[in-house]
Formats: sequence, structure tokens, C-alpha cells
Amino acid sequence: MSEAFLYTVEVFLNGLMAGVLYALVALGFVLIYKASGIFNFAQGVMALFAAMTLVGFQNGQVPFAHLINATFGLHVTTFGWNLHSTVAVFLTVLVMIALAWAVQRFVFRHLVGQEPIILFMATIGLAYFLEGVADLMWGSEIKTLDLCWAVGACLPQGGNLWIEQATEGLGGEGFYGFFIDSLDIVAALVAMVLVAALVAFAQYTKQGRAMRAVADDHQAALSVGVSLNFIWILVWSLAGFVALVAGIMWGAKSGVQFSLSLIALKALPVLMLGGFTSIPGAIVGGLIIGVGEKLFEFLIGAPFLGGATENWFAYMLALVFLVFRPQGLFGEKIIERV
Amino acid sequence: MFYREAGEFSTTYKDDSQTFPIKFDRWRYYFVLFVAVFVIPFMVNDYWVNSIFLPFLIYAIAAIGLNILVGYCGQVSLGTGGFMAVGAYACYKLMTSFPDVSMFVHVIIAGAITAVVGVLFGLPSLRIKGFYLAVATLAAQFFLVWLFNRVPWFYNYSASGQINAPERDTFGVLITGPNTEAWAAYLFCVVFTIVSAVIARNLTRGSVGRKWMAIRDMDIAAEIIGVNPLTAKLSAFAISSFFVGVSGALFFSVYLGAVEVGEVFGINKSFLVLFMIIIGGLGSIFGSFAGAAFLVLLPVALKVVGVDWLGWPTDIVAHLQLVIVGALIIVFLIAEPHGIAQLWRVAKEKLRLWPFPH
Repeated sequence: MSEAFLYTVEVFLNGLMAGVLYALVALGFVLIYKASGIFNFAQGVMALFAAMTLVGFQNGQVPFAHLINATFGLHVTTFGWNLHSTVAVFLTVLVMIALAWAVQRFVFRHLVGQEPIILFMATIGLAYFLEGVADLMWGSEIKTLDLCWAVGACLPQGGNLWIEQATEGLGGEGFYGFFIDSLDIVAALVAMVLVAALVAFAQYTKQGRAMRAVADDHQAALSVGVSLNFIWILVWSLAGFVALVAGIMWGAKSGVQFSLSLIALKALPVLMLGGFTSIPGAIVGGLIIGVGEKLFEFLIGAPFLGGATENWFAYMLALVFLVFRPQGLFGEKIIERV
Repeated sequence: MFYREAGEFSTTYKDDSQTFPIKFDRWRYYFVLFVAVFVIPFMVNDYWVNSIFLPFLIYAIAAIGLNILVGYCGQVSLGTGGFMAVGAYACYKLMTSFPDVSMFVHVIIAGAITAVVGVLFGLPSLRIKGFYLAVATLAAQFFLVWLFNRVPWFYNYSASGQINAPERDTFGVLITGPNTEAWAAYLFCVVFTIVSAVIARNLTRGSVGRKWMAIRDMDIAAEIIGVNPLTAKLSAFAISSFFVGVSGALFFSVYLGAVEVGEVFGINKSFLVLFMIIIGGLGSIFGSFAGAAFLVLLPVALKVVGVDWLGWPTDIVAHLQLVIVGALIIVFLIAEPHGIAQLWRVAKEKLRLWPFPH
């Protein structure tokens, strides 16, 4: 096998892994969109917020410490304890549920029946608000995220040695095997479990059925006794949980920082490819975008176009794709009536 | 008492269809124009021009442009930053290639070039709509910024990758460069803002504007009653991009003087202008001004209150600003989806009946 081909395969595999991470963010979008018709632009910021809260709890940071110090002339920074990761994750989930309740209670309950585009803009406002709150609460510096559920059992870092050694023999002299981040493999596994769990939840549980009923028709669901408020809080909590998982994966990969929220923007073309209403679509779309942008950068972008094409390739791909199939790969067919 | 139409009798169709049918409004409008053109230039100093008037005027043009697209034609765009960059870079290339031509011409041609680019990126709007289109315009945003970052021809192969405005004049008065007088820069922008507003106002209340609004309210129904969606949507993209391009050109050449494209014309710029028209009022020219003024003044006011009075560090104030802007967007969408412009309309209606409540 030629070396160029092997490198292309390596890029392809890494693209698949990146695609899984995009799909993780996209999942949160699909959940909320299906159940409430809200296109939640704040999903990425929710991931950032969740990851920052998790790190904050782990390190025992005092929330709003910076603001308190500046206002009252104090010097508080931490409570002086380090929480166990499991406890911190649990607390963060609670915070995300509280956030879901607040969002539902103070924002979207007042916007029921508005046009979708108004709801969309409200979520942009929500994204700004959350970002500001997250920065005020935990500070805006880059934080590292290490998640350990027992001594010595942490999220893995660096390349996967086993794969590297197993594939070393494939190429010639200068080929050292495929480099694949262990963390990406974990993320892929987590994503698979998450998707399976979400699909099972939606298909087989009572609340899941209620959720699908709401997604189908708000009024019909109301008339058979489904509580819209509860379902919406549930859906936003689920999206918050997915955001937490995505935040952990991205945060462990590249540090918890503002650019995390930009990943949400990357999830948008993923959704457009896969269709807004389809959970499998989010996965397939994520993989296509992940592989496509990595391969494009490797084969065309870096050699001929000066690199950094990953910034726009996904959007262009989605744009061209949508012109031919406006509802995405798996989306419901758009039917319009006067 | 003064603000009512009683006693005004229009005897011609022209009188009947003027922009400000009430005499008090008309005089107020002339008064504002007079102050803006003949009074303020003699009173301002560098601080006022650079921190308040120039950003306000330039953002107002951008907001008018985006309002035509989003507020009147209903095509949500998140590519404003990218289109402003097109205006800025077109202006830069023109300024460096034709040094003897007046800045007026450069800015207008830069706007025209942006209009062409806008139509190109508007083509998908014929097939897709709503969020799908919003995301598609993100392609314009990221692709254009990348293009200006990576292709050295656009920044004349300068080592830093920045573009710097050389000294250029119009009618013999310096407009760009470090030696520009504050009043000259102000006057140059004020002319563009007033002309843009007048053009936009008259377009939106004419047949073109009515076609846009028909498309916005329901494009299929509009098509059935004979509005051509191709021309309506693309003309909205073209005219909107023209104004956005003009504002980008002014933003670079007159206001900043030096630009690094990723920093100045990034995605945040797109959101800022979108917020201006949401807070100001979708589908209102006055709203574009109100929103621009609001979001230009808010950081200045916050800085005065937070940094100077309360003694907070600047980063806290910056974060607080995010919180406030985000909360305001939500509050406006809930309480008054038509923005400040609607508050203004309600106030005028009350004034018309004053002192009676009904």
C-alpha cells in the first residue's frame, strides 16, 4: 500500500472521529427542535457553560468570585476543596436542569405561538446571555478539564498506542501507524451509547412517547393530557445533558474556552445535511462533514488553497447540498400551503 | 397639542403621500437634518466623533441594509460581517489602485461590488428559507473572511496581512488617514447615512418594498398574486448588500483606518448588526437608527458606570455587557417584538390624542 493512500486513510479516520464530536453537539439541537420547533442556537454555549460549571465545581471555585471581589474589595477565589468528578458531574446535571427550567419559565413560555424565526433570534439572545453569565461566574481564562471517576481512571489523552502499533506494519520505512486520539475513540463510544439511549427513551418510555406526541402536534398532545411545560423542561434538560457530554469531550480535547461555543456553529451544517428532525441524520451528517472537511483540507485545501479551509468547507458543502435537497438527507419533506 | 393632522389639507397626491404627513414631524425632521449637517460639525472633537458619532452613523447604514433583507424581505442573514468585509476590501483595492479619484466614488463602487457578491450568496435563497438560509449565509461569512485572510492580492501582499487606509480626499478635504479632521470624517459619513436612509425609506414604501413585504409575509402566496420571487429576493439581497458594503467601506477607511479581517468583520459583527435591528425594530428605518444608537451607546454608558464610577475591571464590564445585551434581546422579543420603533409609534399615537386618552 502506498504511503499517500495510508495517510489519506488516517485523515479519513480522524475525520470520522471529529464527525462524531460534531454529531454530539448536533444531537442536542435535534432533540429540542423535534419537541418544540425551537432551533436552539445556544446549544454550543450550553456546552461551554456546562463544561465551565463542571470545572468550577471540581476545583471548588466560588461563583462570581471576580465580581464579588471587585465590588466588595475581597479576595475570595476558592472554597478550598476539590470535589470528586462524579459529584461534580451530578451537580452540573442539576444546574443544567435548573437552567432548563429557567429557560422554559422565563423565556419560551412567553414566546409560545411566535414565529419560528423569532424563537431562533431569542435563542441567539440566550446564547449571549449564557456566555456572559458563564464568564462572570467562572472567569474567562482557558481551563483544563480532567475527568477522573476513580484513582488512575481518567479520560485518556494523546494518541492510541495500540492502534499505532497494530497498523505500523502496513506502510514502508517512514510509516509509524495510524495516529488516532484515544479521547476521540472514547467520544465515539459515548456518542453511540447516548444515541442508543435517546432512541430507546423516545420509543419505549412513557415520557418519550409524550415527547414524540408533542413534537407531532402541540394541541393534540395537550388535548390528550400531556403537559407541554413538563415535556419542554424535560427536553431542555436532555439537551443540557447532551451539552454537558459534548462539553466534556471538547473541553478535554482542547481546553474549556470560548471557542467551544463556536463548535455549535459547526453543528449547524451537520444538521442541514442530516435534516433537522432526524437523530440518525445528525450522526450521518456529522460523519460526512467531519470526513469531508478533513479530506478536503488534506487533499485540496492545504496544498492548493493556503490551508484553514476547515473554517468554511462545512457551510459550503451544506449550502450546495441544500440547493438540491432542501430538507436534508433524512428530514421530513417540506410541504408548503397557502 | 402641536402634534396632530387637524388643519392640514392636502390638495395634491404628492402632498398626500409624503413621508411625514404631519407638519410637526416634518419640521422636526428638517431640524434634525439641520443640526446634523450644520451644527454638530462645528461642535465636535475627536473623542465624540470617534467613539460615538462615527460608529453610530456607520452602523446605522449597516442596520438599514440588514433591515431591508431581514425586516422587509424576511430573509434572515448572518453574513453581514462578511459583506462588510467585501465593502472594506473593495474600497481598499480601489483606494490604492486609483489614488486620484474622490472617496465618494470609491465608497459607492465598493457598495456596488458588495451588491454583486450579495446576489451571488443570495441565489440559494430561491430554494431554501428560514433557518436553512440563515445557516447558508454563515457560509458567506466564513468563506469571505477566509478569502481575505488567505489571498494576498486582497491586502496588497502586506507583511502583516492588515489593510491600512492611505490618505485620500474628496473635494480637496482629507477624509481618510491619521491627519483627518474630526468634522470632515463626520460630515462625510453623515452625508452617506442621510442619503442611504432617504433611499431606503422611499424604496420600502414603493412597489419594490411592497413586493419584499409580500415575500416576507408568505412567499408562496406572494408568488400566486404575481410577485416574482426571483427578482424580489435578489433585489433585496443586492440593495441590502449595497448598504452593508458602503458601511463596511466607511468602517474601514474613515472609522478604523486599519483592519484585520478576522477580528473586525468576524461573526460577532454579524450578530451585532442583527441585534441592532431586533432591538430597534424589524421593518423600520427609524428602528435601524434607534438600534444602532442603542448598541453604540450601551458599551460607552456601561464603561462610564462600571469602570469609572464603580471601579470594576474592564473584563467584568465586558462580560456584563454580554449578559445585558442577551437579556435585552429576549426582553424585546417577548415584550415588544417590533422594537424601539414600535415604542416610538405608540408614543406618537398618544401624543396625537393628548391630552385625551382615546
